[in-house]
Amino acid sequence: MSLRRPAKNQPENFEFNSSSLEAAKSIVAKYPEGKQQSAVMALLYIAQKQNDNWIPLAAMKYIAKFLDMPYIKVYEVATFYSMYNLSPVGKYFVQVCTTTPCMIRGANKLVEACKEKISEDESVLSNDKSCSWMEVECLGACVNAPMMQINDDYYEDLDKEKTLKILDKILNGDKPTPGSYRGRINNEPENNRKTLMDLKNA
Amino acid sequence: MLKDQDRIFQNLYNDLGPDLTSSQKRGDWVNTKEITDKGRDWIINEIKDSQLRGRGGAGFPTGLKWSFAPKEVGSRPHYLVINGDESEPGTCKDRDILRFEPHKLIEGCLIASYAIQAHVCYIYIRGEYFVDGQKLQAAIDEAYEKKLLGKNAAGTGWDLDIYIHYGAGAYICGEETALLESIEGKKGQPRLKPPFPALIGLYGCPTIINNVETIAVIPTILRRGGKWFASLGREKNTGTKIFCISGNVNNPCNVEEEMNIPLKDLIEVHAGGVIGGWDNLQAVIPGGSSMPLIPKDKCETLTMDFDSLVAEKSGLGTAGVVVINKDQDIIQCMARIARFYKHESCGQCTPCREGSGWMWRMLDRMAKGEASKDEIDMLGDVTKQIEGHTICAFGEGSSWPVQGLLRHFKDEIKKRNKFDPIIKEKKNIPYLVDQHLLDKNA
Repeated sequence: MSLRRPAKNQPENFEFNSSSLEAAKSIVAKYPEGKQQSAVMALLYIAQKQNDNWIPLAAMKYIAKFLDMPYIKVYEVATFYSMYNLSPVGKYFVQVCTTTPCMIRGANKLVEACKEKISEDESVLSNDKSCSWMEVECLGACVNAPMMQINDDYYEDLDKEKTLKILDKILNGDKPTPGSYRGRINNEPENNRKTLMDLKNA
Repeated sequence: MLKDQDRIFQNLYNDLGPDLTSSQKRGDWVNTKEITDKGRDWIINEIKDSQLRGRGGAGFPTGLKWSFAPKEVGSRPHYLVINGDESEPGTCKDRDILRFEPHKLIEGCLIASYAIQAHVCYIYIRGEYFVDGQKLQAAIDEAYEKKLLGKNAAGTGWDLDIYIHYGAGAYICGEETALLESIEGKKGQPRLKPPFPALIGLYGCPTIINNVETIAVIPTILRRGGKWFASLGREKNTGTKIFCISGNVNNPCNVEEEMNIPLKDLIEVHAGGVIGGWDNLQAVIPGGSSMPLIPKDKCETLTMDFDSLVAEKSGLGTAGVVVINKDQDIIQCMARIARFYKHESCGQCTPCREGSGWMWRMLDRMAKGEASKDEIDMLGDVTKQIEGHTICAFGEGSSWPVQGLLRHFKDEIKKRNKFDPIIKEKKNIPYLVDQHLLDKNA
């Protein structure tokens, strides 16, 4: 299990803005009547997106009221799942996969790059407060290892230099293009494809 | 090598585009009504004839699973749930289906829903795959627009709604009952079985849960016939499978191949060989991180299917092949996997919650050469105390890779860890758990 604690400094109030509210209502409609509790995970995401990538306790209370469920049940969910950030992580949240398939292809070099560019320790904001990084468990892009995720996007087939360049870009406020950084197309064997060649050449 | 025309996922590398028009050119959604018109029993029998086994890891026969759903819909509606939580280290096949072959999955959902009489289908996708989930959502929207979903979906007379539910970074939600808890808006902690989800599942209603890949191959099997699928591979291990080959190979890739393909072919032909040559191979994890590793000498002749890997005391699992060459520290590799399981244990059962951390700490010290000789047997003992003593299969999943290491690389651990047990030094260390042995040996 991973240890997860809410941040010390908490805002007093939280409320969905109008676009969040609309999104929340459409999500509740996906589930059968009386089962609105199912929407709690999606609503926590909405709160996280609205609140600069992290969820304050006030948002959990708000969602509990919104879904007519006990606050502790929302708290349980928010602290159980690792993708809910319980303290500020910055506008750009860098997650480096270091599980074995990435590790044996040099994920530690990516970690080094993050330490150089963002902050010495994980989950600590960079000097300009825009960015933080952390090691995470398998992100499910093992044939594109090593890789990292920045907010929603995957950056694949990396090495230290490429990571440094990507981090430079985000620290300058640009958005680097997601995908493979060795120029290969999706998950095909690079320069060694033996299957479905008719379609490739079509 | 499997012939190209027998490959189910023609768009695995996105040469053609995942949209509806190009999917239809590949044969998706062509006369779906003809399939459903043949009736539920025909569909389930055809899947049984194909001997399709679930692609999510456990390899349970799909046709049999479907036949567990009640024949008549009672007061409680039936649900179909698709497991796209793919979090097993080494596995990244479902992601390609979600983003490049979404219509195979959606059509499969319609046919499966019809067969088990469900009107609502939830697709559970791990939260990290948000972008890929959006691509699936776009395909679902497209299908609704063309009346392939919703009321009288694709003219079959069956009503079906599909919704996506995103997870939030919990490996355990790939376990089917934890996944149901998660959809219900709770912590993802597995339920005791029985009752099985086929009778009491989501919201207490009959629920069939299948992996993304399992459902995505259904339409093709029904179009080309169960016999065609059964003709590939070998008895009880039929059909094709997407293999993910990662780790120390020259060209890591996903590739769809026939079941029972030799492991050496996968590595040498498709993945461009081991980095440093075949002789530089140390071990292979054949089916995602929870399957015990296989040392090099057995890799020469090993074929990749459920039963032949079980015979080697491993398993096909999700077919995520992780190749480890001799440049890697094998104990460190397994210690990292143990750390993964320590991080992902849901904390419900004590043997797993405590044991997974215990295994990680011991392996970590063994990798550094800080462990004592007797700890090697102790580690084996810990794995045995977890295995079989937990509600879900996570206990096995976390202890098998460690057992695999002990089985094949015990000498390596022994070579590195030469300390005598601390008990022999007769030091007085009050916090030591086995301090009581001092008195006995005194």
